[in-house]
Amino acid sequence: MTPVTDIKAQMDVLPGLDPRAPLLHVDDLRVEFRTRDGVAKAVNGATFYLNAGETLAILGESGCGKSVTAQAVMGILDSPPGHVTGGRVLYRGVDLLKLGEKDRRKVRANRIAMIFQDALSALNPVYTVGFQLAELFRKHRGMSRASSKLRSIELLDQVRIPAAKDRINDYPHQFSGGMRQRVMIAMALALDPEVLIADEPTTALDVTVQAQIMGLLAELQHQRNMGLILITHDMGVVADVADRISVMYAGKIVEEAPVYDIYARPAHPYTKALLESIPRLDHKGRQLNVIRGLPPSLTDIPSGCSFHPRCGYAREICRGDQPPPSYQIAPHRIASCHFIREVLGV
Amino acid sequence: MSDVSDLVLDARGLVKHFPITQGIVFRSKVGEVRAVDGVDLQLRRGETLGVVGESGCGKSTLAKLLVGLEKPTAGEIMVRGEDMTRLSGHALRRARRNIQMVMQDPYTSLNPRMTVGDIIGEPFAIHPDAVPRSGRERAVQELLDLVGLNPDHINRYPHQFSGGQRQRIGIARALALRPEIIVCDEPVSALDVSIQAQVINLLERLQRELGLSYVFIAHDLSVVRHISDRVAVMYLGKIVETGYHMAIYEQPTHPYTQALLSAVPVPDPRLRGHRDHIVLEGDVPSPANPPSGCRFRTRCWKAQPYCADHEPLLQIRQRAPHPSACHYAEVRDLLHRH
Repeated sequence: MTPVTDIKAQMDVLPGLDPRAPLLHVDDLRVEFRTRDGVAKAVNGATFYLNAGETLAILGESGCGKSVTAQAVMGILDSPPGHVTGGRVLYRGVDLLKLGEKDRRKVRANRIAMIFQDALSALNPVYTVGFQLAELFRKHRGMSRASSKLRSIELLDQVRIPAAKDRINDYPHQFSGGMRQRVMIAMALALDPEVLIADEPTTALDVTVQAQIMGLLAELQHQRNMGLILITHDMGVVADVADRISVMYAGKIVEEAPVYDIYARPAHPYTKALLESIPRLDHKGRQLNVIRGLPPSLTDIPSGCSFHPRCGYAREICRGDQPPPSYQIAPHRIASCHFIREVLGV
Repeated sequence: MSDVSDLVLDARGLVKHFPITQGIVFRSKVGEVRAVDGVDLQLRRGETLGVVGESGCGKSTLAKLLVGLEKPTAGEIMVRGEDMTRLSGHALRRARRNIQMVMQDPYTSLNPRMTVGDIIGEPFAIHPDAVPRSGRERAVQELLDLVGLNPDHINRYPHQFSGGQRQRIGIARALALRPEIIVCDEPVSALDVSIQAQVINLLERLQRELGLSYVFIAHDLSVVRHISDRVAVMYLGKIVETGYHMAIYEQPTHPYTQALLSAVPVPDPRLRGHRDHIVLEGDVPSPANPPSGCRFRTRCWKAQPYCADHEPLLQIRQRAPHPSACHYAEVRDLLHRH
């Protein structure tokens, strides 16, 4: 049997990999879906970065392109109809979008792994959990059946599945929702990735189970100094765990800021409106502020600033041809709006 | 407030057990799922009662019992002095007008082959004496207007509307027979945050204008806090704590309520580290085989041997100013303000 480390070293040969380069930098990513009904522009120039050990939340409503962004970064976009039409995804200096499928596989799960929202449909129902976990070690690490089984049990222990040794032979449907999500986490962490993308990891779970899972994720992230991208629409979860937030609307990041700043003083009208529309204790008995209208259809995104039809600050300039530029407000704070000063109230 | 004549709904000892059967030719009952197991609730005119709990706690079954979609195994539901559970035929149909329901999923609760006019007008077809045939189209248009939809869209189909608009259609349908009570089963949980607020505002406006009473069932505690006057917390088919919303949210006494509230993420990063985090172990036990005594004891950090043998009643206790079903109920401040 070849020692595990040797095989890992062989697999590490990625052309242009620079360990000192930033962990993940997504630059002007563009994705579109070509369908019979026209071209849906799901991601229109998304830019963000992630450092080791940090949690970045990508916050947005359904259809804003947050999951498609994650799929493009992972290289699991359904294609066709999905196409990456521009931009770069730099992992330690390597543009993943330029890699061939063979090199891409070295990155997936090894370097960048992902957890999905619905664990029941993400796991294969006809194989045992143990088989699916062990498969990772056998395919990616070339380990034997026996040793990969041992590693799988260790992993299930780490995500605190009781009696892991026995449960390894169970099928996904025999686990509860929370336990299934733990299996998914074990699978994502199996090959020690540096980046973990969690796409709505707790949306399908009850709040008490959500608290268990978020706690577990935070602990594992801390142990491994892993970068975590948390994709969610839940502003409560974000406030609890994120370091920085990127707010997405109609395929663009409209605001990026550290978590404390964004909740205290949002700079983009959309962020501000979102925060004001959640029920809070001090608003009891009063009407909730609403964002009028609906999120735009991705086949027909409004010109200029895509939020202008729903925005209370919108004026003529917002409707023009050019989307608003990204303004640097402070170090690490960016917002794309012509009226940042008004929104911030300065 | 405690005037009995104000009471629009009074349910006592509601029980719903679903049989678990085995065999095809010779069916035999091998057990039962105790979805709702002894629930009392009262609803006053113009009031909103929030019911919260995790999935599987029986809150949706409770909703179905209240509107008469399921027959209770035991218990009574008094509406306008009549016991709904004893009615049948015409009398039941007439009584049902008074208590209507808004469903969770606006995508599956509207028939895709019917126009909006037919959907909202269907209650009139079932209750022909409610509105004369000639006035039905106008009545439907008025309902559309009432819930903030364009009355000209009466001939459109559900797929031509967004999620929030569909939920408005569902609300218009529930209002068609001018009920006093509306049971809302997770009415906003399928909607985006920015749309949720629109629907919540609509429900509150309709309550003010029409004097409706709501039973508002949800798992989202912040939405329930916003809309409810009183709150009941359910766990495994029973109400474990009930009281005015301030009492429940500010002074929870039952360990489950405390754990539930502490698990809800608060959209304010400044509270990080200033809140109690009670993380419960494990999952909700199966309602087919609930624990003896107190049902929460298997996940409770306060549990004593006494809890396994003695079922706690929902009552006011020495250290619990509002009804709580825990032998060791005690107010706990979850938020340490500094």
